[in-house]
Amino acid sequence: MIRNLAALGAGAIFGLGLAVSEMVNPLKVKAFLDVAGDWDPSLTLVMGGAVMVSFIAFRLTLRRPKPILATRFELPTRRNIDRRLVGGAAVFGVGWGLVGLCPGPALSALIYGDVESAIFVVAMLIGLAVGPRLLAMFAASPAPDVAPG
Amino acid sequence: MEDFTPVSALIGGGLIGLSATILLAVNGRLAGVSGIMAGLVPSARDDAMWRILFIVGLLGGAAAWLLVTGGPVIAFDVGWPVIVIGGLLTGIGTRIGAGCTSGHGVCGIARLSPRSIVATATFVAVGALTVLISRHMIGF
Repeated sequence: MIRNLAALGAGAIFGLGLAVSEMVNPLKVKAFLDVAGDWDPSLTLVMGGAVMVSFIAFRLTLRRPKPILATRFELPTRRNIDRRLVGGAAVFGVGWGLVGLCPGPALSALIYGDVESAIFVVAMLIGLAVGPRLLAMFAASPAPDVAPG
Repeated sequence: MEDFTPVSALIGGGLIGLSATILLAVNGRLAGVSGIMAGLVPSARDDAMWRILFIVGLLGGAAAWLLVTGGPVIAFDVGWPVIVIGGLLTGIGTRIGAGCTSGHGVCGIARLSPRSIVATATFVAVGALTVLISRHMIGF
C-alpha cells in the first residue's frame, strides 16, 4: 500500500519536473537536438540536474542493505555493451529526433488532450510490445549478446 | 540560444532526480519510464500496480503544474504519419536497448553504468542527426 503510494508520489514529482523544465513540449526537445539551428541547451541542464541529485542520493541510498519498503534493490545486472544495446538506442534516437518525445514526456503530454500525444503513446506501446519479437525475427545468429560467464 | 531556460531546467531536473531517489530508496526500483511501461505490455510480469500508479503520477504532476501556471505550452511540428513512425521506433528502440532518457540518461548515468553512458551518447547523437536530416536536409 505505502509502496504504491511511493510510486504514485515519485511519478507525480517526475511529471512535475518534466512540466517545470518544459520537457513535455516536443518543440523544446527538438530545439535541444537541433544543433545546426537555434540550439536550446536546456535539456543538458535537465539531465545534468537530475543526474547530480541522483548521483549523490543513489550512493547514500545504496549504502543501506535494502530499500525501506522492499526486500531488495532491483538493479540491472547486464554489463555488456553489444549491438542490441547500441542498435536499440539508435532506433530510439531516430524516433526521438523525428517527434521530440521520449517515453516519460509522452505520457505526461497526454494531459493536454492533443490527438498527437495519444497517437504517439499508442504507437509506442505497440513498439514496446513487438520489440522482442522483431529482434528475434532479425537476429540471424542466435543471441550473440549473452554476457560471457 | 534565446529560448534557453537554465533555471527551470535545473529545477525540473532536480525534481526528476528526487523522484528517482524516492522510487529507489523506498521501493528499490529504478525510475526508467520505458522499463516501467514495458512491464505493463502483454507477456510482462505481474507487478502492475506500482507501474500504473507511477504513470498516473506522471500525468498528475504535469496536470497540477498546468492547472497552477497554465503552462508549459506544447506543440508538434510533424504530422500524424511521422508521429506514428516516431512512436513505434521509440517503443521498439527503448525495449531492445533496455532504456530511455530516464532509465539510461538519468538513473544509469547516475550509477556510472557503462551501458547507460554508451546508450545515452548513442540516442542523443542519433536524435541530433535525425533532426539535422529531417529538418534541415529533407525539410519536414
